[in-house]
Amino acid sequence: MSRALPILTVLAGIVVIWYAAAVWMNSTWVYDQAERAGTTVSFAEMVPQTMTQDRPLLPPPHQVGAELWKGLFGQAVTSKRSLVYHGYVTFKGTMMGFALGIIVGVALAMSIVRFRVMDMSVMPWAIISQTIPIVALAPMIIVVSSQLGLTGRDVPKAIIAAYLSFFPVLVSMVKGLRSPDQMQLDLLRTYGASEAATFLKLRLPASMPYFFASLKVAIAASLVGTIVGELPTGAIEGLGARMLIGSQFGEPLIMWAALFAAAILAGLLIVTVGLLEGMARRRMGVPA
Amino acid sequence: MTALWVAVAVWLGAWALNVALAGSALARRPFGRLLVPLIFGATVLVLWEGLVRGLGVAPVILPAPSVIAAKIAVELPTLWADFAQTILKGAIPGFLIGAGAAFVVAVAIDRSPFLQRGLLPVGNFVAALPIVGLAPILVMWFGFDWQSKAAVVVVMVFFPILVNMVAGLQASERMQRDLMATWGASYWQSLWKLRLPAAMPFIFNGLKIASTLALIGAIVAEFFGSPIYGMGFRISTEVGRLGLDMVWATIAVAALAGSALYGLITLIERWVTFWHPSQRH
Repeated sequence: MSRALPILTVLAGIVVIWYAAAVWMNSTWVYDQAERAGTTVSFAEMVPQTMTQDRPLLPPPHQVGAELWKGLFGQAVTSKRSLVYHGYVTFKGTMMGFALGIIVGVALAMSIVRFRVMDMSVMPWAIISQTIPIVALAPMIIVVSSQLGLTGRDVPKAIIAAYLSFFPVLVSMVKGLRSPDQMQLDLLRTYGASEAATFLKLRLPASMPYFFASLKVAIAASLVGTIVGELPTGAIEGLGARMLIGSQFGEPLIMWAALFAAAILAGLLIVTVGLLEGMARRRMGVPA
Repeated sequence: MTALWVAVAVWLGAWALNVALAGSALARRPFGRLLVPLIFGATVLVLWEGLVRGLGVAPVILPAPSVIAAKIAVELPTLWADFAQTILKGAIPGFLIGAGAAFVVAVAIDRSPFLQRGLLPVGNFVAALPIVGLAPILVMWFGFDWQSKAAVVVVMVFFPILVNMVAGLQASERMQRDLMATWGASYWQSLWKLRLPAAMPFIFNGLKIASTLALIGAIVAEFFGSPIYGMGFRISTEVGRLGLDMVWATIAVAALAGSALYGLITLIERWVTFWHPSQRH
């Protein structure tokens, strides 16, 4: 309870500020309307009107909540208006990219730790690759993959998501695979352990805490990649596409609901990775 | 096909050279550390050129590096205008404002343990959310010009920097803080002389993460509407016209700008945190 209280206070503070900002930002429209109608509105009349606009500049929390509820539970999950459906499309892309990112990241990390020449030639470029805003590549990846005959958006989205998520995995795994100290490595050498045995029995288990720590970052990055991959491409499915539709048709509520659905999805993914991490730690006998 | 085989031969030769270099004494010198990745990068370009020429890859799929270089040389004024719009007007002001705001808030919540316990988990959580989704909303609020791009960047860089800064302000040891207290140092003196310097490695870590986010934010925000220049605008329109050489030229500029920004922050970090163990070689 002593941990929850400060968090709840901060969250309550955010809601209060949000409501105040909603009144402040939406009031312009109310005053405009009143001026056009030749009437004046008092402050007490203005406030309720800022809470119920169809296209508010900043929708108050309860409006976003209502739209989110409608999108999540208001219709069949197979409906094109259902956020569950769009969320599932985004989730699928995220998972594909995440899996691809882990495979590439771990494979690169293994070869970097094993071969000095890989370490010297690939590692600097891996770092530089992250300073490139890959999202710039998103529209191009989609055009190119359709030129190559890959219809559908799953592959391009997964590539973008994987690009953003492989780097945290790579960096942590390099650190993790190198974390056994010289004593432990020497001990295995005195046992006459082969290189494969050293890898499987010492390096790999030692890298697990680093691996799981990186997964939380990687899955968040993967989700960002997927959403960005849905933006500039004329996609019609997925949370990113919902945001774009809301933006193009001037429907702020759709944008906000999609944004919150994305936030909920991100939260669920991070919590799931955290649970998996806890399970793995217990299996490996690490005290919690 | 000859071009392809030449490129493959160059690749194999360069790789063998790199293996030899990595095993030699030169690998422990700074010169060798720079040479190996440079050779690797150059061979990637050679292989790319050879692949495109040897296999006759259509320019709408992948233009050769030489074609892209020629495009950069021709379109320099356009690329400069895009760069100025996106990086100089959008990303960098947004980055500075976001970092400044994060600094002020970090010091403010550092003074209140209650707020810290509440804000840090929330901040950590928000830092992991896809904030780039706010781009369409901020474009709606601030209009199509650079102000909305800077606003997206502010929001995107704020939380990573804040979280790192708050963690950094905790980095000084109890003993050191007690020592400052015995000297009768005020809060601000102890902040300025002890805790901010101790926080610097964390702060720079946050700034480095944020430098990439800043570019992503500025470019993505332009997908939602922009004036008729800007890197995000250029990419989305040129892709529509299948002008892939111009897209790659813009990406090259973005890559250079991103690396330069990151490198600049690393240089400042080296200068500020020269005392930190990670800076000793």
